[in-house]
Amino acid sequence: MGGILVYALHDGEGKFNNNSLGAISEAAKLAGELGGEAGVVVVGDVSDEAAASLGNYGAAKVHRAKSVEEGLAQPIIDVMAKVIADDGYSYALFGGGLLGFEIGAGLTARLNAGVTMEVTAVKVADGKLIAERPVLQDSAIVDVGYVGEPGIIIGRLNAFDHKETGGSAEVIDVEVELSEWSTKARMRQRGEQRGADVNIEDADILIGGGRGLGEKDNFKLAEDLADALGGAVAATRAVVDAGWYPYAAQIGQTGKTVAPKLYLAAGISGAIQHKVGMQNSESILAVNKDPNAPIFEFCDLGVVGDLHKILPKLTEAIKAKKGG
Amino acid sequence: MKICCLVKEVPDAAVQKRIDPGTKRLDRSGEKNLNPFDTHGIEAAMQIREGGNAEVEEIIAVTMGPETAVRALHKAVALGADRSVHLTDGALEGSDVAATGYALAKVLESESPDLVLLGQQSDDGECYTIGAVVADHLKMPSLTQVIEIKLEDGRIVCERQAEYGYDTVEIDLPAVISVGDAINEPRYPSLKAIMGAKKKPLDTKATGDVGIEGDRVGTAGSRTQVLEMNPPPAKESGEVFEDEDTAETVEKIVAWLDERKLI
Repeated sequence: MGGILVYALHDGEGKFNNNSLGAISEAAKLAGELGGEAGVVVVGDVSDEAAASLGNYGAAKVHRAKSVEEGLAQPIIDVMAKVIADDGYSYALFGGGLLGFEIGAGLTARLNAGVTMEVTAVKVADGKLIAERPVLQDSAIVDVGYVGEPGIIIGRLNAFDHKETGGSAEVIDVEVELSEWSTKARMRQRGEQRGADVNIEDADILIGGGRGLGEKDNFKLAEDLADALGGAVAATRAVVDAGWYPYAAQIGQTGKTVAPKLYLAAGISGAIQHKVGMQNSESILAVNKDPNAPIFEFCDLGVVGDLHKILPKLTEAIKAKKGG
Repeated sequence: MKICCLVKEVPDAAVQKRIDPGTKRLDRSGEKNLNPFDTHGIEAAMQIREGGNAEVEEIIAVTMGPETAVRALHKAVALGADRSVHLTDGALEGSDVAATGYALAKVLESESPDLVLLGQQSDDGECYTIGAVVADHLKMPSLTQVIEIKLEDGRIVCERQAEYGYDTVEIDLPAVISVGDAINEPRYPSLKAIMGAKKKPLDTKATGDVGIEGDRVGTAGSRTQVLEMNPPPAKESGEVFEDEDTAETVEKIVAWLDERKLI
């Protein structure tokens, strides 16, 4: 009893997602307090060595379903439901990310289990887990408890840090018969990169561009400012999905996590999915025409105004200052 | 082909949202609107109908909520749905995600749709999970945050962004698809459509009408409990000012950057 099962997402080439590793470390810590173990589910082509290496983050057991393809939620729900039924895990924990949301949600239906999403912290009280979840644009935090078992906890991106503790996990192969509807979605192509391969993770200064830029060509305003400051340009999911900027420059839930010295948000509203990818920046400066934009709640300096007017003048002023 | 669009009534974005300290639930009083994310689902249904690759006999807006939720259905119909279904019952009050997903699946089951579309999230609850919960109850394949849907030989081919880039997934119908807001630009309803919306058929259903087991919904049937509500840790808020004179604004920003040695 008191076991916690984690799903570890990987890229198909043996590299696990950092948020999944964080979830394993968190599960190991919590399971220790509950008197249980942390188990992990992995699917697809994961070597013995790679699977066992999850013990280094606190996993006691790794349940590996080799025949199940990585990347689609429903077959993985089948695997996790079986492992929970066979091994009696009390909770399932997911790191932040799209696939974790889908699997956790489906598991909720499959097991008639309670679910809490966007969880930022988990605590133990009276032998049970309580999930902390910010709500209403982070203006309040609710503590959520579970009725019955299992309970499902879906973390917010970067909520859980991974810790290397040393050790190796026992690897157990599982055979799962897939549900009929789990075979009705088939991956044609996974992880296609769209747009240029740009590096935003090493930049000290990032100019983030959002829908407020108005159109694709206006990314030039952000690029000119980045050139003047010696930084790089990042983007929100909305503009990447719209084809305005490369996927490699995207910050947030399905993109990168950054913590530069300066993050200048140009025309970015500051939705949670973006915030979680950049909130640890040292200084955040926001320019947005909407005074109600959530970004103004967590920036260090905010300007309510038209970025099309402000950005070019700011670029000029910085160039002048650097030249002088 | 029959398409059901799940819609939700949410507090208007301009309304200050709050949690009722008594019930620890979101206070849903005040101005309401159709969840803006769901308008993309209706638009996606309309584009499938107009695309000519499939004959769409019906687009049905489906919601669960109190009496006032009828307004969200009227809006959905004004945007293109042919009729609507309103699941409303005091027994549903206080349902959590698991209970809501179960109840919605039961009402959808009564319509036997070929495709269920919904927005990727609700504007108020900030949760992205309902589509996947509903899908598993219906035993249908599912994908969330989809930004393109193409019809191909009775299947749909969807694109979406996941952790490692863009995925292309082919899915047999019937299916449940939650769409991202990049999928389309929802049209504005015409005045005629707005005026005519109230005349389109609207079925009101109670839990018993669609076979919902009473002990699986409402506060009592929920699998989670909100125990406590607290303010977030205090964070020193930054300075926010309005750009009145851009030369002055720029001067101020440069001084701020300079102070932090960022230039």
